[in-house]
Amino acid sequence: MKTVFEKTSGLKDTPTHYCPGCTHGIIHRLVAEVLEEMDILEDTVGVASVGCSVLSYDYFNCDMTQAAHGRAPAVATGIKRVLPDRFVFTYQGDGDLASIGIGEAIHAAARGENITIIFVNNAIYGMTGGQMAPTTLIGQKTATSPDGRNAALQGMPIKVAELMATLDGAAHIERVSAHDVPNIIKAKKAIRKAFETQKAGLGFSLIEVLSSCPTNWGLSPTESLEWIKENMLPIFPLGVYKNSSVGGKA
Amino acid sequence: MGKLLMKGNEVIAEAAVHAGCKYFFGYPITPQSELVAYMARRLPEAGGLFLQAESEIAAINMVYGAAGTGVRVMTSSSSPGFSLKQEGISYLAGAELPALIVNIARGGPGLGNIQPAQSDYFQVTKGGGHGDYNIPVLAPATLQEIIDLIREAFEIADRYRTPVILLGDGMLGQMMEAVEFPEKPAVKETHKEWTTTGTRGDGAPRVITSLDLNAESLEQRNEHLQRKFASIRQNEARFETLYCEDADYFVVAYGTVARIAVNAVKKARKDGVKAGLIRPITLWPFPLQPFIDTRDRAKGYLAVEMSAGQMVDDVRLSVNGRAAVSFFGRTGGVVPTQEEIYEQLIITAGGGDVNENGI
Repeated sequence: MKTVFEKTSGLKDTPTHYCPGCTHGIIHRLVAEVLEEMDILEDTVGVASVGCSVLSYDYFNCDMTQAAHGRAPAVATGIKRVLPDRFVFTYQGDGDLASIGIGEAIHAAARGENITIIFVNNAIYGMTGGQMAPTTLIGQKTATSPDGRNAALQGMPIKVAELMATLDGAAHIERVSAHDVPNIIKAKKAIRKAFETQKAGLGFSLIEVLSSCPTNWGLSPTESLEWIKENMLPIFPLGVYKNSSVGGKA
Repeated sequence: MGKLLMKGNEVIAEAAVHAGCKYFFGYPITPQSELVAYMARRLPEAGGLFLQAESEIAAINMVYGAAGTGVRVMTSSSSPGFSLKQEGISYLAGAELPALIVNIARGGPGLGNIQPAQSDYFQVTKGGGHGDYNIPVLAPATLQEIIDLIREAFEIADRYRTPVILLGDGMLGQMMEAVEFPEKPAVKETHKEWTTTGTRGDGAPRVITSLDLNAESLEQRNEHLQRKFASIRQNEARFETLYCEDADYFVVAYGTVARIAVNAVKKARKDGVKAGLIRPITLWPFPLQPFIDTRDRAKGYLAVEMSAGQMVDDVRLSVNGRAAVSFFGRTGGVVPTQEEIYEQLIITAGGGDVNENGI
């Protein structure tokens, strides 16, 4: 019998704790498949952050370190500077990276750390129960912006991919989305390109992946995917913001 | 190698290189900046790596990442910067990662000033960050002693899988003394089977974390840590005593204050007061033995610190009510003089309870 599909060896055989309809599971699989296809699982150290993906160290089938809130890029720097021939990635949400950890993320990029950041943007704090994030949209209701985010009171959402692309040390910066199949395929190509960039020693790479949070958005899984398309894409345009010279292939 | 005239901060850095430390993640702050600058020049030639972080917080987290790969790694700071490292130190303790953190303390609270102080004693010996943990704290009094204690600090860190703190003050960091380094760096490396370096055919993936969402299993983890701390208490307490065999009155002081106190004790003995000195070298674990040995015959203890009274609490606990404990301290970067300590010692010997409430 011909095998047409297999579970990736990049993930452990552990059920995840993610809510039904959350796209973290898909993004985990894309990263895991890339690590498997590049045959670098045994040469990789991942860094889990604080938030919904804190337990990602139980899912990725490679050595993992758990970092303090927002500090994953600094922890990854420490690992990569000792082991420059290993692949080092962080997996961070928007509260972790864009709020408390924006300094560590910017300086890792500015130094051109040869690491890869998978930045999952769902415009809200998930783990703590749906509070406003730096990426929360204007008008979006959260536990800490009950009347909707108001620019005069809470400022405008931070566009991480655009911000990171201004730094000379950043080699590859791209924003993708997990809301439908064609975009998921593109997201995997982007993640592959980021790890190829690291392999070529070209410097810092960050892939921002727009992701859903049905539980805290108060929407069904299907409505949530539609909400990404309708509301997030206009504010967070997809595309390559900084292009490294390596050829990405999926 | 012969004797070298060096500054305290530079001795710390060179001693770490001799102890096999190859990685340093730092951030400038007075009065420890010479340490960072020395490492920036020295580590590359020693085959290591120096990186200036964007903050003390980033530096300690870089240490966390590097420590997870099993190498000898350190950072240093001074009081306000040390406060910023506390989050990362709690994570190092929780994840059981060995590393060396140096605090060349200065006057506080807040931004304080850049003069020497010992007012970070509570912070370094009582945990400092969140959660139930302790960290071995070594407090050298001379630049030569720094060389021995840095080597021991890395060995203790590896042996117990724990961060270790070296506590000095601005005076120790800035003073110059002649020191001698051992001819051949004596590096006792420990095999570390718990590192995350990529599995590379070495079994299942490993995880470094301090998270445990299950209450019972986090309690078990805490019990494991407490057993480790008990073992450190049992085996690693260090101290020095002077004239304690026949003494009636004991000055208790550490670090640079102990150096000044020695002369006050000597003068008091000349004047007929049987004084002795107890110098804790480890501040955690606080050395109980010299107090057990003396407290039933002691007529009094005088704790002297460059703080408003912090170590004196541990002296009281160690004396356990069996003799009077008094305190003398100067704060804000003021260094107590030999004459002041002598005066307090004489008052103590006269039966007076000096400044029981602080300064």
